Amino acid sequence: MIIEAGHYALVLALALSIVQASVPLYGYWRRQPVLMDMAQSTAVMQFIMVALSFAALTYAHVVSDFSLRNVVENSHSTKPMIYKISGVWGNHEGSMLLWVLILALFGALLAIFSRHMPQVLKSLTLSIQAWISAAFFLFILLTSNPFARVGVPPMEGQDLNPILQDPGLAIHPPLLYLGYVGFSVTFSFAAAALISGRIDPAWARFVRPWTLLAWIFLTLGIAMGSYWAYYTLGWGGFWFWDPVENASLMPWLAGTALLHSAVVMEKRDALKVWTIFLAILAFSLSLLGTFLVRSGVLTSVHAFASDPDRGVFILAILVFFIGGSLSLFAFRASTLRQGGVFAPLSREGALVLNNLLLTTSCATVFVGTLYPLFLEALTGEKISVGPPFFNMTFVPIVIPIFFLMPIGQLLAWKRGDLLAAAQRMTVALIVALLFGLALAAWHGEPVLAAVGAGLAVYLIVGSFVDIGGRIFVRKASTSQMLARGLGLPRSAWGTAFAHAGVGLSLLGLAATGWGVEKIVTLRLGDQIDLGPWRLELTKIEPRPNSNFDALVAQIQIRDGSGIVTQIEPARRLFKTRTMTTSEAGIATLRMGQVYVTIAEQNADQSLDMRLYWKPYVSLIWLGGLIMTLGGGLCLSDRRLRIGLGRAAANKGKQKPNAQPHPVAAAE
Amino acid sequence: MSRKGRRLFFIGLILGTFGIALGMVLFALRGSVSLFLTPSELAERQLSAGARLRMGGLVKEGSVVKLGPQSITFIITDGTKDVAVSYAGIIPDLFREGQGVVAEGVLASPTSSAVNQLRADSVLAKHDENYMPREIADSLKKQGVWQGGSPNSSPAPAQRP
Repeated sequence: MIIEAGHYALVLALALSIVQASVPLYGYWRRQPVLMDMAQSTAVMQFIMVALSFAALTYAHVVSDFSLRNVVENSHSTKPMIYKISGVWGNHEGSMLLWVLILALFGALLAIFSRHMPQVLKSLTLSIQAWISAAFFLFILLTSNPFARVGVPPMEGQDLNPILQDPGLAIHPPLLYLGYVGFSVTFSFAAAALISGRIDPAWARFVRPWTLLAWIFLTLGIAMGSYWAYYTLGWGGFWFWDPVENASLMPWLAGTALLHSAVVMEKRDALKVWTIFLAILAFSLSLLGTFLVRSGVLTSVHAFASDPDRGVFILAILVFFIGGSLSLFAFRASTLRQGGVFAPLSREGALVLNNLLLTTSCATVFVGTLYPLFLEALTGEKISVGPPFFNMTFVPIVIPIFFLMPIGQLLAWKRGDLLAAAQRMTVALIVALLFGLALAAWHGEPVLAAVGAGLAVYLIVGSFVDIGGRIFVRKASTSQMLARGLGLPRSAWGTAFAHAGVGLSLLGLAATGWGVEKIVTLRLGDQIDLGPWRLELTKIEPRPNSNFDALVAQIQIRDGSGIVTQIEPARRLFKTRTMTTSEAGIATLRMGQVYVTIAEQNADQSLDMRLYWKPYVSLIWLGGLIMTLGGGLCLSDRRLRIGLGRAAANKGKQKPNAQPHPVAAAE
Repeated sequence: MSRKGRRLFFIGLILGTFGIALGMVLFALRGSVSLFLTPSELAERQLSAGARLRMGGLVKEGSVVKLGPQSITFIITDGTKDVAVSYAGIIPDLFREGQGVVAEGVLASPTSSAVNQLRADSVLAKHDENYMPREIADSLKKQGVWQGGSPNSSPAPAQRP
């Protein structure tokens, strides 16, 4: 009964989304405010319906209702409860349901938190949002129904893919989807602006928090996915240039570019057409990612099942929305008038360069990801494009970004002074040089790692030069400086932290060059040196568990003075699917990690194992967290909250120069 | 700078960046992608030593020789042609004789010799009874030795350097 209710709620959500897609649009055409207002209530109702539907599926998984095909194929009665719940989206149908749940959530949030928004923009945006959700509701109901029953319910399920039985499953997909789907809001805003032909700095201001929100979640989702792959796949890599990873990197790059171009639009009324284009691009790439992952064209742990119908259906959705929005863009973009002018050497110019490099790097990822698919479709020839390709194309394009990031922050709007900016960067350059030399002297080869670390330190220090200049002035007391620091807008702090986070990740990446890797065979009691540590194999024991049997090796880690900690790498044999997985033993020490995986036990009781010492590796993900912290600070900036009502009220008559000088204001 | 000059500057910048990126992409696509071949397909082609490729097929029965704890040689076969593979690293859990495998690496000797030699730097094995890299499934089907059901696949993450 609950299952049928859930199924019915999903059909109702489809009906609501069709109403929400068409009625406000008709209302806009006929100038009927009442019809336009319908978008808000339907958006909220639609979310409630999808949430009910999702709750019903979750219920079926929790109580192991094996009359549902989705539960039979992906669950097992002995599966731990956390995986029964997170297993709801550990399969194709359930993950699509999560996708639309988040889509509806964004729609509802938009309806609730848009009181200050002009009615036309609000209802058109919600209408576009409903077009997207209607397409995906249809996709789920027609090709991937999670509520399909089986004729004769089996006694037991087939269990979840063991690789997915990990706490990461509870976190990574929801975060990533919040990011992916979050860009649907900016897409809808862009389409609404194109339809109404009205776009101004206030528009950029409305869009900005949504872009930031999507970007924060996408960043977290990618970082989390990378760490999950790192600890679960057992060879210590964190980024493989796998098409599935690239599918999430592309919207991230486009979204990052959008975040920056929207600033130019908000402050200087320039780059309008480009910003609209990026908003369309970011979500188009999210859709492309969904297509790549969910259609079965790729071989991946993410592609749960391949079914040609689904691929064709998603492709149709892809073509409809990307093609539709780009045609709309082509027809209407010329009606948007360009605003403020600026010299090439200015904050705007720097942000244009940032956008150019980000989109170009995004294009290289696009080529590297899709070229093999096109080639196979056209000639039947199979090739694999791996890390060497991306090291030769993507990396040379992003390195200039790292150099220019801190400098761009120091350039003034409209017309900047490069020499002055460079002078202010000397501190960062000197610190970076010293740090790089010190690291090179300490860790030695390879030189490239020291150079990369130097660049990273330059980026971290450079990110705070702007803020430092605003806080530290001559003859100011400590308390005055503190007041100045607190008086700075949160977005200034956010920018600094987000940029420094990039530097921190880069530092972790560069330090991989100093890693140590050993493949050894150890017996009980054997010791081995690994970087600054000494490892001893102290125990090998079998450990049975509810749905798998584990072979656990206990390894003690020592430094010069004694035992530091111990790790327990293991192999798990999952009973239902007779599949083994490897659990790495990981210890985080001084920002680096000792990482050990074991193979099956040899006949003579010895163990083959792979040992890594990865100095500073945790900075890669810590940097990602700092980036999202920066994003959160920007999101909490008062300009986004207080400015809203006023900006909406007197749109059309903007201030001539919207750049406030907060320090002056604070004094 | 005049309005026209600014516009020219930005257009030049954009075209320049895209041009450089295009050049790098084309250059990288020539040198750093690896072909997926079966032993028979390799025998038909004249590839020079040092070419990168992914070789898919079955591990020939009785061909696995363990040289050390982490070093093995084995033969990949597709029934008609063989390729000898040498590999150093932990062998994937599901690597077994008679099972499907994909080895990625560098061609060691000229293709004119009797048996091609591949120095593998990564070996992917069949992941379980149902999950198998699509490339293996496709090549096994083509050779008529496919036994499994649908190729629901996940890349068996064996070893990467």
